[in-house]
Amino acid sequence: MKQIPLQAEVKATKKLTVSSLTKTRKRSDYFWAYLMIAPTMLGLFIFYLWPIIQTFYFSFTEWGAFGQYEWTGLDNYKRMLEDTNLLQSFKNTGIYIIFTVPIGIFLSILVAVLLNQKIKGKSVYRTLYFLPVITMPAAIAMVWKWLFNADYGLLNYLLSLIGIKGPHWVSDPKIALYSIIVVAIWSGIGYNMVIFLSGLQGIPKMYYEAAEIDGAGSIKVFFKITLPLLSPVIFFVSIMSLIGAFQVFDLIFMMIGKSSTALESTQSIVYLFYQHAFVLNDKGYAAAIAVLLLIVILIITAIQMVLQKKWVHYD
Amino acid sequence: MERTRQLVTSKTFLIHFILILGSVAMVLPFLWMILTSLKTYTESIHVPPVIIPKDLQWGNYKEVFGLLPFFKFMFNTFIITVARTAGQLFLCSLAAYAFARIEFPGRNILFMLALSVLMVPGQVFLLPQYMIMVKLGWLNTLQAVIVPGIFSAFGTFLLRQFFMGLPKELEEAARLDGCNHFQIYWRIMLPLAKPGLIALGIFTTLWSWNELMWPMIVNSSPESMTLSVGLSSLQGQYLTNYPILMAGSFLAILPMLILFIILQKQFIEGIAVTGGK
Repeated sequence: MKQIPLQAEVKATKKLTVSSLTKTRKRSDYFWAYLMIAPTMLGLFIFYLWPIIQTFYFSFTEWGAFGQYEWTGLDNYKRMLEDTNLLQSFKNTGIYIIFTVPIGIFLSILVAVLLNQKIKGKSVYRTLYFLPVITMPAAIAMVWKWLFNADYGLLNYLLSLIGIKGPHWVSDPKIALYSIIVVAIWSGIGYNMVIFLSGLQGIPKMYYEAAEIDGAGSIKVFFKITLPLLSPVIFFVSIMSLIGAFQVFDLIFMMIGKSSTALESTQSIVYLFYQHAFVLNDKGYAAAIAVLLLIVILIITAIQMVLQKKWVHYD
Repeated sequence: MERTRQLVTSKTFLIHFILILGSVAMVLPFLWMILTSLKTYTESIHVPPVIIPKDLQWGNYKEVFGLLPFFKFMFNTFIITVARTAGQLFLCSLAAYAFARIEFPGRNILFMLALSVLMVPGQVFLLPQYMIMVKLGWLNTLQAVIVPGIFSAFGTFLLRQFFMGLPKELEEAARLDGCNHFQIYWRIMLPLAKPGLIALGIFTTLWSWNELMWPMIVNSSPESMTLSVGLSSLQGQYLTNYPILMAGSFLAILPMLILFIILQKQFIEGIAVTGGK
């Protein structure tokens, strides 16, 4: 006689199969997850995470000619305090940041706002402003060096037409850094413009319609509506620009010759890092510079994070 | 009514005026690069400047190829760019899928660990990376540039955002059909994350093609040199011959220029995505 299973028993067997099913499913989940993240995590660990620790360690060492190094404690950091070159490089980088970041952001917001109006030829303008973004910094540096050429450059020729004798843009120590700043702003506008433009397009139309009903002028609309609603994007762009500007290297390396008189007044922190690490084989000191740069960037980003509460509007 | 219309037209005129002024500033350096690259040396240093060269000196381009193994540089840069981009798209999307769609022990910790890389300036990695390359005997090889560049915390983060936005039902149905996670990733999720993949692909391509410092550190022999580094060495050797330097520069940027003209929309949207999200 076939036994009819009790209702409770049926439930129990069902539960059992379901829970063993979820168990095997979970196990297969874990297996696939670890397998899928393994290559990237391994690569990040070997080439990025472990090197952070190593660089910290190297910053306490001094290097010999054949790649051997010894522990010297805080020597590299003490040496920094008396290194006028390092101080100068911080000053140069600071000037570079103070000019490129705010002016760059201002101009790219301006272009983005203008491109967000109802006008013809938007996509043509957008393409032209974006050209420098896709261009190799080495080539940008090369052509600007040529435009800046004191004797045969286009810029000084144009100035001579209005009776001005143009300076030595890239070899005069007083001016060279500002010439680099001009090029940096020029090449960065397109990138930030695109980000601002997509931020502007994300602002709901109803705000503008409401303002129109209230009869607000376009200047007022810009300061009361556009700017506050764009502020999260401005905050993001300013953090990214600042971090990027701290690491300026390519333009300086390409535009200022290794024996130029303007080198001292233009070399950035990263330029100095490169010199010590790969030209002077002073790797311990270079590591200390890298650590210092990391700390400075973290502190400044943290300050920005605190300050943003005062001016960034989230809704 | 008449006044408003006048106001509107003068406003439009002002907008165009500013935008055109900016456009001229954007394009002029490129135009001057091309014009100079087609001049004779004498024309290039003539005062007042010769705008349009009398005879177009296509020979300058030939000369660039004679002075340096420029084809080799271009080939190297091409290989590096393709390998890094393909590598990142595959590896980052794999990891991003797992981080976004599968629950597993240690997920948050591991993801935070990957993200911490994003906070650190690149110079902090350079010395140890260089020493790894020395130890592996990879200096002056293409893989020295390729391998560290196929792992990306940024790419993983970016694609994870895309995978997180996809509906859960899709994979539930596939699971019932007996698909494993790799099959779901490959057949269902990857096609849906296409905008993210395009954005990351463009970002990585641009970065690889244009990068200067790392290729310069690890590859100094002409055999494995990239275009950026090649340009800087061209500058060292032919400091004042600007037609040659401009021809070299234009050749170096031409492939990205062509790619950009073909894929304009994807480029601009891709950059907006990598920056804005």
